[in-house]
Order: sequence, then structure tokens, then C-alpha cells
Amino acid sequence: MSSDSLLFIAVFLASAVEGVEAVTIVLAAGLTRGWRSALVGAGVASVALAAIVAVLGPALTALPIDILRLVVGALLLIFGLQWLRKAILRASGFKALHDEDAIFAAELAADRAIGREPRGIDGYGFTVSFKGVLLEGLEVAFIVVTFGSNQHNIPLAVLAALAAALLVIVAGVAVRAPLSRVPENTLKYAVGVMLTAYGTFWGAEGAGAHWPGGDAAILALIAFTLVTSALLGVAMRRRHARLPASFATSPPTPK
Amino acid sequence: MSRLRTLAAFLYDFVVGDDPLIAAVVLVMLALTAAIAGAGVPAWWILPLGVVAGLSISLYRSTRA
Repeated sequence: MSSDSLLFIAVFLASAVEGVEAVTIVLAAGLTRGWRSALVGAGVASVALAAIVAVLGPALTALPIDILRLVVGALLLIFGLQWLRKAILRASGFKALHDEDAIFAAELAADRAIGREPRGIDGYGFTVSFKGVLLEGLEVAFIVVTFGSNQHNIPLAVLAALAAALLVIVAGVAVRAPLSRVPENTLKYAVGVMLTAYGTFWGAEGAGAHWPGGDAAILALIAFTLVTSALLGVAMRRRHARLPASFATSPPTPK
Repeated sequence: MSRLRTLAAFLYDFVVGDDPLIAAVVLVMLALTAAIAGAGVPAWWILPLGVVAGLSISLYRSTRA
């Protein structure tokens, strides 16, 4: 197999993994917070990403990849744990299932009440989508520049990344309809598990640790996060069941 | 100035979220990982431990009567 073929396959696979993360986040934001906000967030992030790559260009290779992994990993991990925490609180009855929808509706109503045109863009959905696409896109940019410059063929690396992005987007559009039938909290829980697992992997790598089994450790981390959060969900459900009736009918609403 | 403050508040709320404890645990565990890995000792197990600890403590704190 030629070095060009190997370069294409390596960049394609690496970019596809990052693309799946980004599309998962956009899908979750779109399905739960509305497509307009999610797609605008993804679009703005794409423009910002293009601007960053255009300005920095090959200088991107000078940035230490471990620092990027550390920062991206930390953000993904914090973000994923927030999603998991809320999903567990909702599933166990400690938090209303659709509180964010209610907050969004209240914000729109408040805008109308003071005579301001509703913004139409949900800030939460926008930023979730924006952040996911920008962070994952930056990683793809690093992959393209690093692999491409090593093999002296950046155009082929760009082509591989674009092919991966196209494939992942088409797959995302295809699974959009079936995913819309998945309960909102289940979807958020699944995204929380993915973000936490990826954040754990990249954060540790960025901090200088090495995973047993290399990249395959991501699968073990997904399983670990699933089991851990499921057990915590069971514990929280039992805790909620032990509440006095007055609390159980009117549960506290932690943030 | 108020716009800057609003932006800072938005960024804090978005990154740190509802429970600052989670962000704090993640940062401490990452620092620990870096320190232990820097000493040449395997440190991959620290973050998964942090996930369990951070999520458990945050959930129990949130649901305290």
C-alpha cells in the first residue's frame, strides 16, 4: 500500500472519529433545543474554524498537540459530566424532565412581555453546537496539518478530512429521524456518556498518561462510564423513593 | 464593561455549569495525572476515579434534603 493511501486512510479515520463526536453533539442539540439554533451554531463554528485555520495555517503544527488534547479533554469531560448529572437527576425524579424547554419558553415569553422581538435562537442549543463543532473541528485541523505535512501532501490530507466529514454528515442526516423518536433524556444521557469517555481519554493523554491498549481504551471508557452512571442512577432513584411523600410529590429542583 | 461582565458570566456558566465542584474535580484530577505521569508512574486510572468521585459527590450534594 502506497504512503499516499496510508495517509488518506489515517486522516479519514481520525477525522471520522472527530466528526462523529461533533455530529452527535449537533444532533443532540438539534433534537432537544431546535434545529435552527443547532445548525446556526454549527455554521458559525465552521466559519470561525475556517478563519482560525486560514490565519494560523501551518503555524498550527507549532502548537503542542498535548496542550490541545488537555484543554479539549478537560472541556469535554466537564461538559459530559454536566450532561450526565442532569440526565441522572431527571431520570431519578429529582429534576423535571423538560425544565430546559420550560426555561426557553419562559425566556421567549419574557421577551414578548417587554415588547422585544424574540431572538429565535436558543442560546443553549447554539453554544452547545458551536462548541462541539469548533473543538472537534480544531482537532481535525491539527490532524490534517500534522499528518499532511509529515507526508508532504496536505491537499490529500484535506481531501481525506472532507470525505470523512461528508460521510459523517450524511450518516447524521440519515439517523436524524430514528433518533428523534428516542426520549430526550435518554439522548442527553448517551451524549453525556460519550463526552465523558472521550474527555477522560484525551484529558489523560494530554496530561501525559498512556492508556493500556491505546485507542481501544476509548471503548472500555464508554463501558465504564455507562456502568458507573447506571449504578448512580439506581442509587439516586432509591434515594428519591425514600423521600417523604411531601417531597416526592413536590421534588426539590436542584440546578 | 457590562457586556464584558455578561460575556464572562456566560462563559463561566457555560464552562463551569451548575455545579463548580465538577470542574474543580476535573482540574485537580488532571493536575494529579500530569504530576504522577511526569514522575514516570502509570496515571491513566486517575481520571476514571475522578469521574466516579466527581459525579457521585455532585449528585449527592444536589439531592441533599
